[in-house]
Formats: sequence, C-alpha cells, structure tokens
Amino acid sequence: MSDVLAVAEHRRGDLRPISHELITAGRELADATGGELHVAVISGDVEAFADSLNREGVDAIHTITDGEEFNHDLTVESLDALWSALDASYLVAPNSVNGLDYVPAIAQRLDLPLVTDAIGLSLEDGLEVTRERYGSKVETTVAVADDAGAVVSVRDGEWPPAEGVGDATVESFDPGVDESAIHSTVTGFQEVGAGDVDISEADFVVSIGRGIEEEENLELIERLVDATGATLAASRPVVDNEWLPKNRQVGQSGKTVTPDIYIAIGISGAVQHVAGMKGAETIVAINTDPDAPIFDIADYGIVGDLFEVVPALIEEFGGETA
Amino acid sequence: MQILVTVKEVGQLGDEVVIEDGEIAESALEYDLNEWDEYALESAVQLSEAYDDVEVVTATIGPERSDETIRMALAKGADRAVRIWDDALTADGAGDETPADGLLDTRVRVELLSAIVEREEPDLVLSGVQSADAAFASTGVALAEEIDDAWAAVVNDLEVDPDAGTASVHRELEGGIEELTDVPLPAVLTIQTGINEPRYASLRGIRQAQSKELTVLDLDDLGIGTDAVTGALETTALYEPETTSDATIWEGDAESTAGELAAFLRDSGVIEG
Repeated sequence: MSDVLAVAEHRRGDLRPISHELITAGRELADATGGELHVAVISGDVEAFADSLNREGVDAIHTITDGEEFNHDLTVESLDALWSALDASYLVAPNSVNGLDYVPAIAQRLDLPLVTDAIGLSLEDGLEVTRERYGSKVETTVAVADDAGAVVSVRDGEWPPAEGVGDATVESFDPGVDESAIHSTVTGFQEVGAGDVDISEADFVVSIGRGIEEEENLELIERLVDATGATLAASRPVVDNEWLPKNRQVGQSGKTVTPDIYIAIGISGAVQHVAGMKGAETIVAINTDPDAPIFDIADYGIVGDLFEVVPALIEEFGGETA
Repeated sequence: MQILVTVKEVGQLGDEVVIEDGEIAESALEYDLNEWDEYALESAVQLSEAYDDVEVVTATIGPERSDETIRMALAKGADRAVRIWDDALTADGAGDETPADGLLDTRVRVELLSAIVEREEPDLVLSGVQSADAAFASTGVALAEEIDDAWAAVVNDLEVDPDAGTASVHRELEGGIEELTDVPLPAVLTIQTGINEPRYASLRGIRQAQSKELTVLDLDDLGIGTDAVTGALETTALYEPETTSDATIWEGDAESTAGELAAFLRDSGVIEG
C-alpha cells in the first residue's frame, strides 16, 4: 500500500487546471496499491482552493497558509515537512514552469528518483512512466527501481480533470518554515506580448515555424497574409530569433488562439505549440515531414515544401508573386 | 566573479527516426551543443564582457566525443572547460561510449556536477532549462538544492549586480506572463531560449579555443565512488509514438495542393474573392 501526495498549483487567485488533472493521475497510482490520495495546496486562498480540490477520489487535503503566490523555497520547505508527517511513497506535481522551479529540488531533498513530464503511469511490479524524448519524436517508458518511492511531474492535458464532490478531510498544516530558508523574492508580474495586434482575437491565422529557415523568407509569408487577409502568427523559434515580436507567438508561453482556420506552415507541432492552437475550429498543416506531429491534430494537410506551396497559394489569391 | 555554465552535447534527430535494439541508431543522430545551453553560454559570455574579472568555465558530463562541442563553446567565449567522464558512466561500465541510463537519474548528474562546483566555487551557475534529448529539465534546480545555492528556473531576462551580489530575473510563466524575481548570489539559474542572441564563433575564437584549458576528470579525480553513479531509472522501451492523424491530405504538386487549399479557404468564408 502506497500513499500518494499530489501538489496543486495556482496563480493569481485561481487554481490552474493541472491541479484537477493531478488528482486523476494521483488517484490512478493510489488505486494501483490501495493507498490514499493526499493533496497539498500552498499559499493564497487555501480554503477556497481546498473546496475546489475536494473531488472524488481525494482522501485528504492539507492546506498551508503561508504566503500569497508561489515561492519555490516555501514550497520545498513545506513539502519536505509535510512529507515527513505523512507516510507517502509517491509525490506527483505539475510539469509546469513553476513545477520546473521546485520539483527537482524537492526530489533531491527527499533523495527520491525523479521522472518529469509524464504522459502515462503504470504501477505493477514497480513504477513505470511513459514520457517523450527528442521533442515528441520518440516515446519511452522509464522504470523506477527504488522501493522508497518516486517524484513524478505530469504533463498538462494528459489526464482528465477529476470531477464530482469528494469527502476529503481538510486540515491545515503548519510546516514551521523558518524565514531564513526563503532566498528568492518575487517582486511582481509582467504581462508580455502586448502590441499592435491581438492574435487571440483573429478568425483566420497563418502561423509560421522553424521551416521558414531564414528571416528574409518571412517576406513570402507576409505576402500570403496580405493576399488572404489572415493574421500572422508564429511558433517559438521564430520569436526566439526575434524575427517576429513576442505578441505573435502561439503556444504555452505565448498566446492561445481559437480561430476558425489556423494554417500551420513549417511547424512540427511540438506539444508546447499545440497547447496554444488546438482549440482552432479547423487546422491546416503544411510540412515537408509526413510524420510531423502537427498532422496528428490537423484536419487538412499538405505534405510539401512551403517554398513551393506558399507561392502557388499566393498566386491563387492574386497576390504579389515575387 | 566566476560563472559556471553546464554544457551538454546532445544527439539531434533528423526527420528520420531509426531505432535499433531499443535505442536510437547512432547513424540517425547528429551531435551538437544543446540549444538551451547555447543561450546559457551566451548569457555568461555577455556578463564577462560587461564586467571586469569574470571567468566563464564550462562543465560537461560526456565522453571524449563531446570535446568538439566543448571547443565550440570555448570558441564562443568561455575561458576554460571541465569535462567529466568515466568508464563507470557508460552502458557496460567498461568504456562503451553509449551513456548509461544511470545518467537519466538527476541525482547522478547532480553528484558529478556538485563535485565540480566544490572545486570551482562559482558565484553563478547557468544551465539550460532542459536538454533537447532526454528533456528532464531538472539538473539546474536539483543542483542548486544540493549545493545550497539560491535558484530560479526558466529565466528569460537576467541582470546581475556583482557588487550587490544579486541577480534580478524574469521567469517565463505560461500564457505570456513573466514573474519578476530577485535571487541572491551564489545562485543557479536555468536559462530559457530567446533570452539573447547566441553568437557564432569567429575564426579567431576558433583558433584561440584550441589552446584553452580543457580538463578531463574521472570519478577518482572527483572522489566519487561508482555506487553514487548508479541511477534508479532504466529505459524499458523506446519507440516511435503511434501517429493518430486523421487529417485529409491533399495530394499532388504544389499548384494542385495550393488549389485545393485555396478552394477550401474560399468555401469556408474566411476570405473574400
């Protein structure tokens, strides 16, 4: 019998959706051994968060009232103390940006093996975690050979959110964190990506990725956009190279778009990009690689060279051909 | 001030995935400096240009093959390099060059890197957010915990004040939000792509890199026993994910596929004309 501790995540007053997904993933692990599922929620309005986290399958919720927003030092110290008070074997946490900021540290602190970015879990002869490598091109299973347990971070959107109303006990936990253990200070938040255009409002988006190769080739896509009246967007590499401003970036760290039509050109479809555009009504992909993951979520596709297809498309709409 | 940059050589997969005996075939991989580490290195070199007396040292866990990648980092402005390797780190423990799965266990990488930190005593450690191959995204923060440094993960803006002994960073959260955080030095920061524009190595840099110090250390040198590098993780399967595409693929040459797409767009009503 192994108990599981899941760690909820919130930001600026709201629980993030991964919190309810973690309950499902954590319950799966707990069920495999007949253990209990505990949930920890740290900082902010923990009472309200606990209400929302009290869903089917949760046995106990531990609220830690220190702090308002996420702080990794407070999180690591709190989880360390809570872990000592419980008798759990598995800690499941979000593979979010804030997860990246504390999960490796708590695993190191507890001297437990860590597997990150899980997309599947099984617990039979031991824990086995399914995860991707090489930017989603390869999937692997990783077996954990440690009787003491493990720390697993979970990719968002892979488990359905837990539903219903649970009958978990809700208890306040005082981790007794010493102020001297808090090293980093969050001084504020900043919205980025404001600017001339809000791509999240567009009905028709043409988005360009790494396949464009060179900055000067962007001009081709701009002519397509002019000819069709689409709104221009991009995946991360194009913005990292500063060929387009941050407000054009679609994906996990950029904007989420929900247009009627989204044309992904030269975009492989990494999970971080898909997170920002899977809500589009119709997705069209143009890519040279027939195995590119973008085709998994596309409704229509062209397997071909954008430098041939796009000029032909511009011509169709009577745009300027170079 | 000393800045330690973790530099990993990663195998990059082309369009073709070839799997042999449950591993990616060597022939399908091209080795290169990990993209995230390239940005970390550039941040370090920029700091060394902005302030006096900054030494940039790279730290690598990897076989001899990595030296080419390390020389490239030296050519881009690092002052010297340390590389850790040992037969005990290979798959068969006898020098076969395929790294053992032990290295998947973050604690093993941290054990090795913390020994380097102990020798070098850097004020700042910069590490890429993740590697392009295994993508655990865990080394930097776990290392910080081990060596009792402050840290910040997923940094996409960095200002260091060496006199005050602080780093002011932006952390790139999801959805276009950045968290502004102050971190006291010594610290470990994990660096996100896009934070800067990594330079190309100049010819002069490449020439100079040949004579820069590259120290190779094994477990004995670091005083680490082989038990400490046996990880708890093992890859039990590796395969190409099933494609679940049910997209309608328009076939034909560029003209005809573009024609299909154009007709579709006109029908959909998003375009006039």
